[in-house]
Amino acid sequence: MVEKRGAALWLTHLGLIVGLFFIFFPIWLAFVASTISQPEIVRPPMPLLPGDRFLENYSKALVSGINAPVARMLFNSAVMALGIAFGKIAISLLSAFAIVYFRFPGRQLFFWLIFLTLMLPVEVRIVPTYEVAAQFGMLNSYSGLIFPLIASATATFLFRQFFLTVPDELAEAARVDGARPMRFFWDILLPMSRTNIAALFVILFIYGWNQYLWPLLITTDPSMNTIVMGIKQMFPSGDDTADWPVIMATSLLAMLPPILVVIGMQRLFIRGLVESEK
Amino acid sequence: MATVTLENLKKSFGRTEVIHGVNIDIADGEFIVIVGPSGCGKSTLLRMVAGLETVTSGKVFIGGHLVNEREPMDRDIAMVFQNYALYPHMSVFDNMAYGLKIAGRSKAEIAERVAAAAHVLQIEPFLDRKPRELSGGQRQRVAMGRAIVRKPAVFLFDEPLSNLDAKLRVQMRLEIKQLQRELGVTSLYVTHDQVEAMTLADRMIVMNEGRADQIGAPLEVYANPQTVFVAGFIGSPPTNFLPALSVSRGSTEELLGIRPEHLRIVGPDKCELRARVVNAEALGAETLVHTRIHSGEYVTVRQEGSRPVPEEGEEVGLGWAKENEMLFFTNGARRY
Repeated sequence: MVEKRGAALWLTHLGLIVGLFFIFFPIWLAFVASTISQPEIVRPPMPLLPGDRFLENYSKALVSGINAPVARMLFNSAVMALGIAFGKIAISLLSAFAIVYFRFPGRQLFFWLIFLTLMLPVEVRIVPTYEVAAQFGMLNSYSGLIFPLIASATATFLFRQFFLTVPDELAEAARVDGARPMRFFWDILLPMSRTNIAALFVILFIYGWNQYLWPLLITTDPSMNTIVMGIKQMFPSGDDTADWPVIMATSLLAMLPPILVVIGMQRLFIRGLVESEK
Repeated sequence: MATVTLENLKKSFGRTEVIHGVNIDIADGEFIVIVGPSGCGKSTLLRMVAGLETVTSGKVFIGGHLVNEREPMDRDIAMVFQNYALYPHMSVFDNMAYGLKIAGRSKAEIAERVAAAAHVLQIEPFLDRKPRELSGGQRQRVAMGRAIVRKPAVFLFDEPLSNLDAKLRVQMRLEIKQLQRELGVTSLYVTHDQVEAMTLADRMIVMNEGRADQIGAPLEVYANPQTVFVAGFIGSPPTNFLPALSVSRGSTEELLGIRPEHLRIVGPDKCELRARVVNAEALGAETLVHTRIHSGEYVTVRQEGSRPVPEEGEEVGLGWAKENEMLFFTNGARRY
C-alpha cells in the first residue's frame, strides 16, 4: 500500500479536488442557469452564482413545462424505468431459474438463444419491434414503453452465473425439507439473490430512465413523453426562443431520480454484500 | 422409526454402472455405516435412499413401503449434508423450522419442537444467529437439529464430520452415537473414515467400486474380512499381503494376509520369514516397524511401545500364529 503521509497526501487530494471541480462545474452552471432569468443567461458573461428565481423557474417547469408539464414526464419516466427494471428482474430471475435447475429438452438451445440476443441491441430490431408494438395498439401507452424492452439477456446471464455458485446441497436440503421448486425459489433463492437484485435494479433503472430512441418512436402524444426525450423536445425549432432557465431546471429534475436511486440502493447494496458474506 | 430394505439396487450414469446391485435388510433402529474409499459409490447409494438420485433398477423400501418413485419429502427421511447446507439467510431457528413450516405445522408446535431439539443439541443460545456467525461444530449441530426436529423414520448422514477438525470430530462422533441410541431412529451414515465406521456402526457396509464387498458387524468384518479389499481397507496400518508361496502356503494364485498387530519380531533362527528393517516409527504406546522381505514386499509390524525398537537395516525374523493367517485368491476372494 502507498504511504499516506506528507506531501503525497495533499497532492492526491488536490488532484481529486481538481478532477471533481472539472466534472461538477457544468452541473453547477446548469443549476445556476436554472435559478436566473432568460435575459441574464443570454447576456455574457454568464453569472456563476445562483439567482433568485429558483422557485419561479422550477414551479413553471413542473406545472406547465413547454410541451407537457415536467411532473407528468417525470411520472411517465418513473413508470417506464420501474416497469423495465422490475420486469427485467422478474423475467430474468425466472428464466435463469429454469435454465439452471430444470432439465428439459432444448435447455442448452434456449440458453444460447437468449445469449445470442445479447448481440442484438434495441436499435437493430427497432423497426420490426415498432411494427409489432403498433399492431398490438401499444403506441402512446405504458405497455408500449415497457414491454418491448423488458427481456434481458444480460440479467438472465448474470442470475444464471449466480445460481450456478449456489451449492447443490442447498437445493437438495430444501427438497428433503419438502419445498417444491417454486417454494425453493421464493424462500431460498430469491433472498440469497437480493444483493444481485439490488445491483441490477440500479443499473436497469438508469437504463430505463435514459431510454431516448424508443420513447421517441412509440409516443407521439406529449402527455406520454418521457423526461429524457422531453428535454430534447423543449429545444426550440426555427425562430422560437428557448426558455433556457426552464430547460435547465428540467434537466436537473431529470437527474434527480437516478441519483436518489443510486444513493438509496447503495446502502442496501453494501449491507447486502456484508450480510451475504459466507 | 422404520426398517429399510435395499433390493438389488443398481445405478448407472449413462452407460457406466456405478452401483452393481446392493442388497441389505436394515432393522428398525439400526445404525448402518457405509464405508469405502472415494469414488466407490457410497454417497450415490445414500442419495438413492434419500430420493435425490433416481434408481436405475432394484427397489428401495422404507418402513415396508416401496419408495422408488417418491419425492424425498414423502419418504419420511432427514439428511445431514457434508457441508451442512444450512440456508445462509435464515436464522438457526428458521433453518430448523423450515421443514415443519412447509409441512404446515402450527407456530406453537414448531416453536416447541425446535426448542426441544435445540435443548438436546445445546444450541439454544444460537437460535437467533445466522449460520455464518457459527463455528464449524455449531453449524454441524444445527444441521443435526434440522434433521431431528422433523422426527423422521430414517436419518441419512453424508460424511457429516469430514469438515471438522480432528478433536471436534471425535466429540461429535460420540454425540451422534449417543443421540442415535436415545432417539432409536434407523440411520445410514456414509464415511470414508474407518474409525468412524468401526465406532459408530451396528453393522457396516464396506463398498468397493460399486459393490458391497462385505456387510457385517465392525469387529466381525475386522476379524474375518471376506475380500482382499476389505482386509486392506479396514484396520490401520493395513493388512500385509505376501505371495503365499514365499511362506510355502497355497499356490502362486494365492495371497497370504496378516495384520500388523498379529506379527512379532523374533530371532532370525526360529521365524517364518526373514526381513530387513527399513525404518521404525516409535509412537509411544506402539511402534510401527516397516520391514522388507526378500521377495521385495514391504511388511509392517505393530508392536507394543515397551518392546525394544530394532535398528534400521537390522536383519530380523517375523513370526505369527497360524490362526491369524488369512489366505486370499489373487482375484480378491477369501480362501480361508
